Amino acid sequence: MFPASTKTPHKQPRKQSISIGRGTRKKDEDSGTEVGEGTDEWAQSKATVRPPDQLELSDAELKEEFTRILTANNPHAPQNIVRYSFKEGAYKLTGFVNQLAVHYTQVGNLIPKDSDEGRRQHYRDELVADSQESAKVVISETENLEEDEEPKELETEPGNQTDVPAAGAAEKVTEEELMTPKQPKERKLTNQFNFSERASQTFNNPLRERECQTEPPPRTNFSATANQWEIYDAYVEELEKQEKTKEKEKAKTPVAIKTGKMAMRKLTSLESQIDDITKVSQAAKIVERMVNQNTYDDIAQDFKYYEDAADEYRDQEGTLLPLWKFQNDKTKRLSVTALCWNPKYRDLFAVGYGSYDFMKQSRGMLLLYSMKNPSFPEYMFSSDSGIMCLDIHVDHPYLVAVGHYDGNVAIYNLKKPHSQPSFRSSAKSGKHTDPVWQVKWQKDDMDQNLNFFSVSSDGRIVSWTLVKSELVHIDVIKLKVEGSTTEVPEGLQLHTVGCGTAFDFHKEIAYLFLVGTEEGKIYKCSKSYSSQFLDTYDAHNMAVDAVSWNAYHTKVFISCSSDWTVKIWDHTIKTPMFIYDLNSAVGDVAWAPYSSTVFAAVTTDGKTHVFDLAINKYEAICNQPVVAKKKNKITHVQFNPIHPIIIVGDDRGHIICLKLSPNLRKMPKEKKGQEVQKGLAVEIAKLDKLLNLVREVKTKT
Amino acid sequence: MAEVEETLKRIQSHKGVIGTVVVNAEGIPIRTTLDNSTTVQYAGLLHQLTMKAKSTVRDIDPQNDLTFLRIRSKKHEIMVAPGNLAFHFLVKLSFCFTR
Repeated sequence: MFPASTKTPHKQPRKQSISIGRGTRKKDEDSGTEVGEGTDEWAQSKATVRPPDQLELSDAELKEEFTRILTANNPHAPQNIVRYSFKEGAYKLTGFVNQLAVHYTQVGNLIPKDSDEGRRQHYRDELVADSQESAKVVISETENLEEDEEPKELETEPGNQTDVPAAGAAEKVTEEELMTPKQPKERKLTNQFNFSERASQTFNNPLRERECQTEPPPRTNFSATANQWEIYDAYVEELEKQEKTKEKEKAKTPVAIKTGKMAMRKLTSLESQIDDITKVSQAAKIVERMVNQNTYDDIAQDFKYYEDAADEYRDQEGTLLPLWKFQNDKTKRLSVTALCWNPKYRDLFAVGYGSYDFMKQSRGMLLLYSMKNPSFPEYMFSSDSGIMCLDIHVDHPYLVAVGHYDGNVAIYNLKKPHSQPSFRSSAKSGKHTDPVWQVKWQKDDMDQNLNFFSVSSDGRIVSWTLVKSELVHIDVIKLKVEGSTTEVPEGLQLHTVGCGTAFDFHKEIAYLFLVGTEEGKIYKCSKSYSSQFLDTYDAHNMAVDAVSWNAYHTKVFISCSSDWTVKIWDHTIKTPMFIYDLNSAVGDVAWAPYSSTVFAAVTTDGKTHVFDLAINKYEAICNQPVVAKKKNKITHVQFNPIHPIIIVGDDRGHIICLKLSPNLRKMPKEKKGQEVQKGLAVEIAKLDKLLNLVREVKTKT
Repeated sequence: MAEVEETLKRIQSHKGVIGTVVVNAEGIPIRTTLDNSTTVQYAGLLHQLTMKAKSTVRDIDPQNDLTFLRIRSKKHEIMVAPGNLAFHFLVKLSFCFTR
């Protein structure tokens, strides 16, 4: 092994020291940095060459003695090895570091003589080389071998004989091979194995696998999101359940329970069936409306936002902007006989179809349209007889009272899907004998029964009450033509029955109502007096088509007639306040809901006239033909309670919706400093002012 | 039931409507007037979008709910009306009305 020594820096040759390697070192130093045997001779011939980077040392330093000690330490061995001791949980310094440095290893082929393998080989060699050597030597060797393996004393002799047959089937292959050529020695050889291996194998039991597997529990994947709204829904459901249980507890009266349960059962059974369908129907409805919205997009925009700017330049006149047109194939040959807006759903209106023609009487229809869907009605009912009038109940917007041409009245319930009326009058229950010209809902009577009035050409004004799903009628008034009791020569007094064609109830005074007749008279009546009229007005020369109380002013009403005139009255005065001649039979007249001085009238020549008394007392501020063909007569007009639109029905079965231009909707201008006063007071005052003017004129004349 | 059918028929025959599809709650089309592949494609895509839209609306305010969804593109307009159990949407050509 190389002695370990540190390398000294190259210096000038110095004193000889005791260390061994110095001699050779000298040569190395001379050659400078390059160390190599080959270069030594080359370097020696030349003078010493100082490498440029050699340390410059002074003589004193050069003469300094350094002692070097040879140790047996391995310079490459670490001086301190630290091992982590898990026992103590800390790093511990290993005291002794192995200083052994291995420079060269080579695996050799030598084996010690006395080892097992060595002996075996030796034995083999001897066997091969000297087969006739005395058995003793072999025995002794084998004995020696045996000693190593097992105690031989017991098994030598008997082992011999048994081993011979056993040897035939023995496992040790090498010894066996050696044994076979040597019969005499075999016996002894077999003693070599002191153990007799006797193996027998039993039958291995056949393995049987018996498994039992249970059915895996059914698994489903469940994933859900917990959004805010899902939590909310869950709470709402819970709340509903609780409420239901509470209701069940509360409902203790037997009748109530029975009906409740029946209803509940029906609901649940129907709901499950209907649910799928109704949900689609709702979605379908929405889609239909969306499609219509798209198609009639510009109309919808106009309806909402368009204000005719030209009105500024038009002085005081206004226009009617045509919006939607509602029509249906089934009503093509029928004329619009009644129009009514729904008091609750302001986009829904009811249209009654029938015929005014005495000769051509056919069936009738009741359609309800929504402005959101101009192409198809929301509800459709048909009847055998033409519908002449209709009214929608204020509190129950699903109840429609209808009067027919054959004198019957009926109530349709929109909530129920039947196409037949829910309640119907009949000949037995006192129907009219002539067409019913007007029906009007009244407030529920004292027993909370629904109640409506009807007027007909047979001269009777009848009050119908819905008592336990039956229509009960009470004749309120029989219209008699006053003064025309013809005196038959025999002295009998025949009372000619007047034919009522229109009526209207006062907005505030509940018992007070007006009836217009075919003779052109208007009677002011009271519900309580059945035989006498409170007052009579000689209104028109022909049949009164419509009467209507003013929405704001309690004293004023308007009437129109086929004698081409529209008249405005103060019910305290027998003569009309204002008379307008419209050049054509007036089909209908209606007050505007937003102003006490605005009203609209429609004539049979297809024109719509809108008047605003506050602006122009003598003329219409709008006079517009609304229907396309001149043969088309307009039969009815109605203002929408909140939107600035009117619907106009004609005798071809069409309904046209028109928007009122700003001029027609003028509100009184607020004076500076004053608040904008809206409401009854202002409207009444407005009209009063006008009336006073007229009255003054009258009193003067 | 017949009313629904009628309504669907009316919608389909409306001007500008290309096709209508009724889809159930799982997203499987029940009724359609378009061809099969288109229907399946529309149903799959729109179902997810509608659920997302509904979830969004309700997340913002749980008392609110999605009434309908319109998707206007350059060529068409798709209108989706969600119901409780079924969705209903149709494809429509958009029109430009000029006065």
